[in-house]
Amino acid sequence: MPANQFNGFTDYGIGIGLRATHYPHILTRKPVVDWFEIISENFMIDGGRPLHVLDQILEQYKVVQHGVSMYFGSAERLNRTHLRRLKDLVKRTRTPWLTDHLCWGSVDGRYTHDLLPMPYTFEAARITAQKVREVRDFLEVPIAVENVSSYAEFHVSEMTEWEFLNEVVERADCGILLDVNNIYVSSQNHSFDPFTYVNSVPAERVAQIHIAGHSKYRKYILDTHDHPVIDPVWKLYARAIERAGHTATLLEWDDSIPSFQEVHDEALKAKRFLASASLATAV
Amino acid sequence: MKLLNLQRRMARAVMTPLTPSERMRRVAPDGRPMRAVAAEFIKPNDRLTSFERLEIYNRQYWFRVLSSLIEDFPGLRAILGDRRFEAMSKAYLVDSPSRSFTLRDLGARLESWLTKHPRWAGSRQALALDMVRLEWADIEAFDGKSEPPLRPEDLRENAGPSLRLRLQPHFRLLESRYPVDDLLLEVKKDEDTDFASNAFTERHKRKRVLAVARLKPAPIYLAVYRLDFSVYFRRLEREEFLLLRALEGGKSLDSAITLAFRKSAIPIAERPANIQQWFHNWAALGWFCRTDPGPSQS
Repeated sequence: MPANQFNGFTDYGIGIGLRATHYPHILTRKPVVDWFEIISENFMIDGGRPLHVLDQILEQYKVVQHGVSMYFGSAERLNRTHLRRLKDLVKRTRTPWLTDHLCWGSVDGRYTHDLLPMPYTFEAARITAQKVREVRDFLEVPIAVENVSSYAEFHVSEMTEWEFLNEVVERADCGILLDVNNIYVSSQNHSFDPFTYVNSVPAERVAQIHIAGHSKYRKYILDTHDHPVIDPVWKLYARAIERAGHTATLLEWDDSIPSFQEVHDEALKAKRFLASASLATAV
Repeated sequence: MKLLNLQRRMARAVMTPLTPSERMRRVAPDGRPMRAVAAEFIKPNDRLTSFERLEIYNRQYWFRVLSSLIEDFPGLRAILGDRRFEAMSKAYLVDSPSRSFTLRDLGARLESWLTKHPRWAGSRQALALDMVRLEWADIEAFDGKSEPPLRPEDLRENAGPSLRLRLQPHFRLLESRYPVDDLLLEVKKDEDTDFASNAFTERHKRKRVLAVARLKPAPIYLAVYRLDFSVYFRRLEREEFLLLRALEGGKSLDSAITLAFRKSAIPIAERPANIQQWFHNWAALGWFCRTDPGPSQS
């Protein structure tokens, strides 16, 4: 199950997000890391230090691209400049698969720079799936869409979030970047059972899994990526691995970032779940 | 409600400026109560109203874009002060919201906007504009394109008065009325002091405010460029600046030299040595690139 058409038939292990604060440690100590996830937009530039660092990382490590502004769910057309720049980066990194979010964030050419929630309608699923196909055809690389954390729901929705995700990925024939922290956050904000979500996802389409921490407020939870992963999220991860098998896993830590070692150690906690998944497969 | 219509409605609400206490406004841009606008498309739940759910996104938007401008324009913030800078940023973003997929471009139109709306720069408009130009040049030089530098052998066939030279794409020339380079370096030095205690930070902030208040006009000519992946500011002589600007504009070597020394006070006898020294420095710093660019170097 782990290697599938949606992650380029790779068998990546446990990775962490590449963050500027860790560059000196990575470049001088060259720690053993299965793979790094980069935020594509940070490197969709013409030159300078970021690309120089990326090239050094590419010499030593496997890298997968993760985007934050493709906005598959925006009603407007795809931004061709964005696509061309992204393709240049894909050629540079040779990422085996590429991920971005199942959300929207721009309208009439204006960008919010946020991951805004989708209305779960058939019209939105059709438009989104069409754009995923266009992006895949242009970039010539497998695409996996990530479920986002959300804080609002719409009156017009015609299905649940996981039904919407399934509708999009079936129509687009694309992969899923299953973010179990986002599932947990949304389940708390919208009062649904997160295991129902994990159990409803087509396991054969899961290309990658995200784990992360979040911040709890009095009336809602925010997806802040600034804490360790909590136990309920590990439990969701265990269930996801049980269903999808030994899947490429990535820890996100974007704010109040601790030392490289601390972030990596947190990510490596996933190993115990992956080991039991391997055992289950062997049996 | 169609997808496009819903997204237009939500984006309009999300991009509406917050109140002074950083909450969502009670009245929507169209004059209707925001509570009613939110309830039309967002479901409430047992803990949050539609208004409160929409407000989470409204606040996230403004915190994100304002912090991006704070990060990109610390010099302008030092000149305007925190409150005026925030007010200016909000006005700028309302008039000129992001049109790029990357926050890196958020300040791309700030100079032209501030020129058209001088009241946001207060009494120090010229200083503020000089700083915006420098800070934007700094951003462009940091991640702009780099091409293979010019080598002596590239000039073998083309050397002569009609030679046209190309400057690196990341290279920027600036003419400022104030010595903003020193001020920006001072501001950045403060920011890099990551061991700073609160008392240390406050002391330096006051020092910076005083430095800005005392800053007198003193025209300078600057080159903003990248070398070994770091951005540098280099002061230029007037003639040096004019010569580079003419070359940047596509003038031939002899025309550029003529333009540079048109009203120069440098004695004619000293000019050849000056020009020789300048070209030596510029070549050493890799400011020129090959006329026929090969594959780009990053």
